[in-house]
Amino acid sequence: MCTYSTEHVQLAGSAKGGPGGWRGLGPTTVYFDHPVHAQALHTLNIDFGDPGGEPSGRIALELTAESARELVSAIQRAFGGVPPELLV
Amino acid sequence: MTDSIMTAAVRIQGAGGDQVEAYLARPAEHGARGGVVLVHHMPGYDRWSKEVARRFATDGYDVLLPNLYSREAPGAEPDDAAAVARARGGVPDDRLVGDVAGAAGHLRALDSSNGKVGVIGHCSGGRQAVLAACNLDLDAAVDCYGAYVVGSPPETHPMHPLKIRGFEDQLPKLGCPLLGLFGNQDAHPSPDEVAELDRLLTEYGKEHEFHGYDGAGHGFFGADRPSYRVEAVLDGYRRIGDFFARHLG
Repeated sequence: MCTYSTEHVQLAGSAKGGPGGWRGLGPTTVYFDHPVHAQALHTLNIDFGDPGGEPSGRIALELTAESARELVSAIQRAFGGVPPELLV
Repeated sequence: MTDSIMTAAVRIQGAGGDQVEAYLARPAEHGARGGVVLVHHMPGYDRWSKEVARRFATDGYDVLLPNLYSREAPGAEPDDAAAVARARGGVPDDRLVGDVAGAAGHLRALDSSNGKVGVIGHCSGGRQAVLAACNLDLDAAVDCYGAYVVGSPPETHPMHPLKIRGFEDQLPKLGCPLLGLFGNQDAHPSPDEVAELDRLLTEYGKEHEFHGYDGAGHGFFGADRPSYRVEAVLDGYRRIGDFFARHLG
């Protein structure tokens, strides 16, 4: 089914992908729904939207549920090894 | 059936008088025939949807596939347009009805039209096909595993309210026969939800026929997806063909 559920978050940082090279981040959507390319019925999808609003400027991820959870765990482990004073 | 069809990118007048991009597929030969509005699924105005449009054209129908996201991202790749539309909350129901009305009007204005127009959709498009049939003068409707005709998804974020709801209250307005094709292993719509829709339509005296397929879950028509189930698809297309022939011929 289409979940219709979408989380919105404004991100700061940079990303690289596509012909434009590096660019800033901005409005990002996260949702669990049908993928376009991944061979699964549903995936955890992240669209790093183009700060300028250009539809083709998004950077898209489609992760299986297991991979998405592994990514979350990996991010948490990466933070866990960092001295707190660096996390500013 | 014909092997000779023509396709074109056209503009139609949709909800609010907006110019909406659409894909037209029709038999090359002359002669009066029915029309079909194909409502694309949530991933958008994609290659698969256009393949389905061409299939129904080879079956002898004028088929129009409006790009429901053409306002949000004109000219963008279908998946990018779908992402933009989703970020903005999706397609409002009233706008969908207006776009299908414009598509049906465009089909009826073709010199080949016999005056009859049906609507079909898959997944979110299945829900929208039923919604259109409750609000427009149509001759047949096909719902392929559309969720939330009855019931509604949970709210997840107060800042971004969902633009879809179940519309049980509109079912008494259903104005044409409805064919429903569902996967018995689908979670949404589940067999219980399909049974509830069946019960309501029966209560309201609405002509409908539902078929559920064992071994099929959601999205079983998707030829480019792992959910594809060939037995269900073959039987489903046969039933759609019979249904359209009865009501659009």
